[in-house]
Amino acid sequence: MGSSKMSTQFSCLRLGLRLTAASGLLALPLPMVSAANAQPNGATANIERTTVKFESGSPETVAMVLNDRGSSRKDKAPRSSGGKNDSGSFKIRTAQTSQTDSASPEETGAANIQDQSNGSGASRAENKSGQVQAKKAGGAAGSGTVAGAGGDLTELSKDPNQWVMPGKNYAGTRYSELDQINADNIGNLQLAWTFSNGVNRGQESIPLVVDGMMYIVSPWPNNLFALDATTGDLKWTFEPPTARAAQGVACCDVVNRGATYADGKVIYNTLDNHTVAVDAKTGELVWRSKLGEISNGETMTMAPLVVKDKVLVGNSGGEMGVRGWMTALDVGTGEIAWRAMHTGTDDEVLIGEDFKAPYAWMEGQDLGVSTWPKDRWRTGGGTAWGWITYDPELDLIYYGTGNPGPWNSNQREGDNLWTATIFARDPDTGQAKWAYQTSPHDLWDHDGINEVMLLDLEIEGDTQQVAVRPGRNGFMYVLDRATGKVISADPFSKVTVYEGVDLETGRIIPVAEKDPVLGKTITEICPAPPGAKDWQPTAYSPRTKLLYVPHQTLCASMTTSEVSYISGTPYLGATVDMYAGTEEGTRGQFMAWDLVKRVPAWQITEEFPVYSGTVVTAGDIAFYGTMDRWFKAVDARSGEPLWQFRAPSGIIGQPSTFMGSDGRQYVAIMSGVGGWAGAIAAAELDGRVRNGALGFSGASQDLPAYTRGGSTLMVFALPDSGGDAASLGASGSSEDSEAKSDSGSRSGGDTEASGNANADEASGEEAADGVAAQ
Amino acid sequence: MEWQRNKFGSSLAALALAGFVLAASPAVGEDAASPGADRLATSVDPPILRVCADPNNLPFSNEDEEGFENKLADLVADELGATIEYTWWAERRGFLRNTLNAGACDVVMGTPPIDFLTPTQAYYNSTYVFVSRAEDAIDVATLTDPKLRDLTIGVHLIGDDGANTPAVHVLGEQEIVDNVVGYSIYGNYDEDSPPSRLVKDVAAGEIDIAVVWGPLAGFYAKHSETKLTVTPLEETVRLLPLVFQFPIGMGVRKDDHVLKDRLNAVIAKKHKAIEDLLDAYGIPRV
Repeated sequence: MGSSKMSTQFSCLRLGLRLTAASGLLALPLPMVSAANAQPNGATANIERTTVKFESGSPETVAMVLNDRGSSRKDKAPRSSGGKNDSGSFKIRTAQTSQTDSASPEETGAANIQDQSNGSGASRAENKSGQVQAKKAGGAAGSGTVAGAGGDLTELSKDPNQWVMPGKNYAGTRYSELDQINADNIGNLQLAWTFSNGVNRGQESIPLVVDGMMYIVSPWPNNLFALDATTGDLKWTFEPPTARAAQGVACCDVVNRGATYADGKVIYNTLDNHTVAVDAKTGELVWRSKLGEISNGETMTMAPLVVKDKVLVGNSGGEMGVRGWMTALDVGTGEIAWRAMHTGTDDEVLIGEDFKAPYAWMEGQDLGVSTWPKDRWRTGGGTAWGWITYDPELDLIYYGTGNPGPWNSNQREGDNLWTATIFARDPDTGQAKWAYQTSPHDLWDHDGINEVMLLDLEIEGDTQQVAVRPGRNGFMYVLDRATGKVISADPFSKVTVYEGVDLETGRIIPVAEKDPVLGKTITEICPAPPGAKDWQPTAYSPRTKLLYVPHQTLCASMTTSEVSYISGTPYLGATVDMYAGTEEGTRGQFMAWDLVKRVPAWQITEEFPVYSGTVVTAGDIAFYGTMDRWFKAVDARSGEPLWQFRAPSGIIGQPSTFMGSDGRQYVAIMSGVGGWAGAIAAAELDGRVRNGALGFSGASQDLPAYTRGGSTLMVFALPDSGGDAASLGASGSSEDSEAKSDSGSRSGGDTEASGNANADEASGEEAADGVAAQ
Repeated sequence: MEWQRNKFGSSLAALALAGFVLAASPAVGEDAASPGADRLATSVDPPILRVCADPNNLPFSNEDEEGFENKLADLVADELGATIEYTWWAERRGFLRNTLNAGACDVVMGTPPIDFLTPTQAYYNSTYVFVSRAEDAIDVATLTDPKLRDLTIGVHLIGDDGANTPAVHVLGEQEIVDNVVGYSIYGNYDEDSPPSRLVKDVAAGEIDIAVVWGPLAGFYAKHSETKLTVTPLEETVRLLPLVFQFPIGMGVRKDDHVLKDRLNAVIAKKHKAIEDLLDAYGIPRV
């Protein structure tokens, strides 16, 4: 499930390959500065509020965007979308520093001009790579990388001090080599700074850290915030004109899973089907590409991945007949390079001569058409709203597709390829190398979008190149990542609807008695539709050789008997009622899974689904968050709880960790419950209706007793030896931000940046010393 | 709610005399308007009937107030001496959550009895119907008619897992699949009244027959240039638990019994006028 969508019967044809002309935008931001200068007054001197119109938006549309929700009782809700909503405005707010109010408007403006002109010139690309280079001088060697972003990225992703892509690295291990925080000192871990993004909905976005800056994306309207990663100073805010109507199309809260970095740009998706690239230093829009139609039910929620010169993005909306796709955009321009559909003919799916099916049942011509009843593939779902990983050696990207939709299973006889399928593709051309369908003819919304982690595992004495997939269907798949063949598939949670996975044929075997028959209540469906593990990503430590799996232990019953009503049509709905699937009545678990022994090493039971991601470090600490407002650290080897912090709201985000410019290791996580699992606490569903939020409410009715919605970024560190973190942050802030203004102009050897790079290099040792001293 | 505790009872006349408030903006913000919480009402004059409606969903409602539910709202407001204020929101997932149950408005003008609200008395009962071109003389009245295997059948489809319009379930059980064409009930919201596409495609010859909720079919058949035949589904009782006929009333928040009583009084009193209104829009009734 994951996302919702609907469409008229052949609306998929409408998706086409459309692009919003973005090239003309590059020059636009400059005039904003003078606009800001024109009205200098005390109140606004510190914050430049700039509004630029691109495309010819009507004033009404702009007002709608800016007013946000709830301000008017007369909101003309999702009447239009598409062209009309694309227009409008976006805003960049540049915070010029200082609580002390010292900067005069003139100075502020001047700084701004310098800032922006530097950021927007034609030489931007060179500027950036130069800067990246400088940074890297302190890090890994051999920087002479390609013009595209990918080369840089491979190295950047290895820098433990930064966190430049959601999965930490191309393999998606979410493992950090930082070890300043360890079992001995974690008891001292404390809040260093916090920030609210102002949107109290589900916070699934990862805090990205590049070159001393942190970037977070809010839920709709998908504002992007840039903060000094060490001090928490807000540097700028980018506010795209994300269509208001997109909210009504999203299935499962209005979440965003975060941004990625490449080539001097922060790149992310907005709920209304745009991918935007924003200058990482200045917050200026570089390009913005439209990729789908909310009026046809599409949304975008996933975090992109950049491979070489391509930005890879996928859509959401499988419930309602959207056709899923993966699309590659040019990282420099945002133009579409290729698009692979997940249903339809081989030409559209990009299955060609290179393709080799791991099993015979996935061989044949145009299976994306022939494994469906006539034309049903046109609304067949199979979106790509999860994670992408990349193996530079095999030069393949890996990702999974979502559930088939939107019909009852009896209306789509056949395997329904290529839904619930793992793809391996050539990143340059999009051509599929292999594909493996985890749930042919999915009955239970067991999407295949979960992460595909790329590991080299020692199995029976041999080092094997594998892809690990903790499946929503409850099986831990270990695949040969060159061929897609299943090496092992073991249940890692309670599974009642499948007998197992046949390793000969690669097919999962459904339990016949659980077949959903009309009018019959099917009980004890385990895992429930959100799966044994949903989108929340795992982490792997090469030190412990364990996979850290945040997941849920939910079962469900399902019966088709409830009358519902949409848009003038009464219909018979299925009541999906989820409940705790353990004897103890608990709904979640944080588990360490031994991939070699193929059993859990240890498990920590949680009251609620563990719907947050996780990170594991070289300090042998694993971090995760809970929906009842705890951010927890456990011993990565034993699972022993070491530390916890009571958060403002439940946690469903992804933690990251990085090195601050002060030589301290930081850990960051968003707090703010929501998403599919937590919508009951954030979106005002009526908890008395057990099947609200597509059945998830039943399993989380008591959540409001623990938490409400939230929007707070929390950043933790060990206390600084010279004083407590709070005072350091306060005293350091004005200096830092001044330095930052300078560094924004990038006038050669600006102290902040170079100091930073040095700190990065030295930090590991320094940190180790500091720890030892303690 | 303040005025729930007054002594006026549900007598319309008495309340009108007292200058009561039909509804008023909640004095609390949306955040506090959790379902079940008492909503505060402050006196405003004149009273306002706050209607939650889809701005693009004829024959039910549109923002030009041309739908029969718009006309019904006029009738109700007139009877209550109130003025109307609309909150427009597309009827798709989240409609009730963002409108009625967010406290943004107080009544939806047409709904079957469903979990998320309190329904009034039904003011009509309708049924799913077959729609086909009159010139084709397709004589089908049951979903188990073998002739359906040889026709291209259009149906509305819903997004939720395992949920669909009832005809889809019946056709699927009979393995009538390949000749069934699904139309999203949401459609493309850039077009007028997206659900009407299903009926329009029958008229245009894109499909042979459609299974459509009665009000939608009746209205568009009435206004179609191609003459269409509308046939209520028969022999549906043996298809239980699936049902094809639904009572339609107005809907208020679960705790809003005062408004419900008031609306019930209007429904009882204006029965004839409502019947005339439904006839004018070609709404089939059972």
